[in-house]
Amino acid sequence: MSLALIVLFPLLGVLINGFLGARFQKPIAGYIASAAVLASFLVALLSVLQLPSQNYVIHQTVYTWIEAGDFKADVAFLLDRLSAVMILVVTGIGFLIHLFSTAYMKDDHNDPKGHLYGRYFVFLNLFIAFMSVLVLADNYLLLFVGWEGVGLCSYFLIGFWFQRDDAKFASQKAFVLNRVGDFGFLLAMLLLFYFTGTLQFEPIFELARTNPEAFQTAGLGLAGGLTAITLLLTLGATGKSAQIPLYTWLPDAMAGPTPVSALIHAATMVTAGVYLVARSAPLFEATPVTKWVICGLGAATALIAGLTALAHTDIKKVLAYSTVSQLGFMFMAAGVGAYGAAIFHVFTHAFFKAGLFLGAGSVIHALHGEQDMRKMGGLAKKLSATHLTFLICGWALAGAVPFAGFFSKDEIIAALFGAASNPIYLVAGIVGLVAAFITALYTGRQYGQIFGGEPRDKELYDHAHEAPALMTIPLWILAAGAIFAGFLNLPSFVPGMQLFSGWLEPIFAHGAEHGVHAAANPILLLIGAIIGWGGWLIGRSLGINSARAQAPGTTSLDKFYGVVVGETGAMVAVFSRWIDEKVIDGVVNGVGGIVGGVGAAFRSTQTSFVRNYALAMALGAAVLIAYFIAR
Amino acid sequence: MPISFYLLVSAALFSIGVAGVLVRRNAIVIFMCVEMMLNAANLAFVAAARSLGKMDGQVFVFFVMTVAAAEVAVGLAIIVALFRNRETIDVDEVNLLKG
Repeated sequence: MSLALIVLFPLLGVLINGFLGARFQKPIAGYIASAAVLASFLVALLSVLQLPSQNYVIHQTVYTWIEAGDFKADVAFLLDRLSAVMILVVTGIGFLIHLFSTAYMKDDHNDPKGHLYGRYFVFLNLFIAFMSVLVLADNYLLLFVGWEGVGLCSYFLIGFWFQRDDAKFASQKAFVLNRVGDFGFLLAMLLLFYFTGTLQFEPIFELARTNPEAFQTAGLGLAGGLTAITLLLTLGATGKSAQIPLYTWLPDAMAGPTPVSALIHAATMVTAGVYLVARSAPLFEATPVTKWVICGLGAATALIAGLTALAHTDIKKVLAYSTVSQLGFMFMAAGVGAYGAAIFHVFTHAFFKAGLFLGAGSVIHALHGEQDMRKMGGLAKKLSATHLTFLICGWALAGAVPFAGFFSKDEIIAALFGAASNPIYLVAGIVGLVAAFITALYTGRQYGQIFGGEPRDKELYDHAHEAPALMTIPLWILAAGAIFAGFLNLPSFVPGMQLFSGWLEPIFAHGAEHGVHAAANPILLLIGAIIGWGGWLIGRSLGINSARAQAPGTTSLDKFYGVVVGETGAMVAVFSRWIDEKVIDGVVNGVGGIVGGVGAAFRSTQTSFVRNYALAMALGAAVLIAYFIAR
Repeated sequence: MPISFYLLVSAALFSIGVAGVLVRRNAIVIFMCVEMMLNAANLAFVAAARSLGKMDGQVFVFFVMTVAAAEVAVGLAIIVALFRNRETIDVDEVNLLKG
């Protein structure tokens, strides 16, 4: 079965909805798009089921894209254990979100005439296509194509309601900050090519495992080449996966439609950075310094974003900062070498975060566009399906046993403490515990504010109504995932239930010093359980009793960016404008002037008198004859 | 008679023709001068043929005359077209291509 179909089905959806979408009745474009993603999911599922019989690697080359001298980059897809997990998450959760969007975007207040409906699904399908390319690529160049593509679709989708100011600025901000990361990624690719002559994964990883000296640079030894490469890859991942300091685009990205936030900014695109690091594990394993950097970055992000989430009152902003924080967890796991734990957290996080975002979307839809939690409250009985699914996914996020988030977060923290001989990892582990507690706090608070207590705004409460089935069914499926996904990887004292790590182990087995099976420390489990439930309950009562608190302004990081980057950017812009007008235009106009002058000089020969031309011919002939006679 | 006399006459005729082409303004007169140049060349050919005792020169004259005839046909057609459009055949008046 051709893996290319996974990419082609959504592209087909793009074409159909792109050209004919405006003519369809509203839900049809959505159904077409959803069908396309369902087809992708089925192809992916069938291919994954074939994996065991193919030695767990399906490698298909579609065509040779670039061939220049010794360098070859193909459009080729690699389905192995890691990409299998990712592609199922992308297409599966993508499909659920497409279904949800079909109903959600029908009553779009920002689009009264309904012209934008088809366009939405074009971009959403395009995103799935690019994301599939990203996770299925077998070389860095094709991965980068997908990487850029999802950034592009993110730009389109964040700025979907393009007449709104917040959407316009947010989409540009996202793109520019991503670009900084892409710059790092590009440099990393250049260095990889310089040292190895190829960009395909297997040859590079083989070289890194067997002969790391090949990456040495004069004077810096191994620290030169490979460390530079991995640090640059980390920069790329930082931009895409919203780590400090490139995370500020993600909260602003909430200006886009809520299903977009669920798909792109929770379940899939932002995990591309984690996927990149996991895929490049052999490279990172050879450069411990970079791993410390990643771990530190992840820890800082997890903590700071979590604290910020605690202070916000917009339902989506809390979830956005929560995503940043959870990505920090994933980075911490990667930083300690527990790539399997990182991917497991990607997996569980996709379920419960998408569930939370879609639930938030359902709430917003029910309250006709209200997003301020201070005006909500007491919605538990009115929105029963949304309430229950939000509760379950919230428990999962908070790390409340036995829901999914508990197991994945615990595995990360256990891995960190397992490596605690290194003080960096010890500190990270403690930060992880604190961040987990904060996670539980803000999640409980959010739940309490929305669904618990008394309604704060009577009018909104009275008009609230539950969402249609097309929206609640995906919510239930995601909630089921939030319940059961955790059981795929129980701590190792439960024998035989480490399906997830077992599946991924052969990929990460080379060199991951602390292994994918985190040391099962019952004390940590207990602490984790207490943190999860305790934090949640405390948060819930905080939420129920919260007065109309002041909403914080932008984070100081944003203000810092505004001043420093903005001002220097303005100066650079003025200087560039001067150069453009005086220097560059001067040169261009000067060249034009010279050409004109020479032309004017020669123009005098064009007298239009035939006799002058005849004279010129006669003189020329005379000169030639004289020359030949004289020879 | 030494051939040089004939060649001198031919050269003289040719020069007069060139002078005529460069100086005269009437298109038909310019054509007549061109014909004169061609005939000067014919004279040179015939003289050489006689002097060398071969018929090649005289055969070549036939070719030249044929070309001259064709050229006159086309040239006069152009002049007629020019007159119909511009009401003049003074070559100095045809100066639209002035740069």
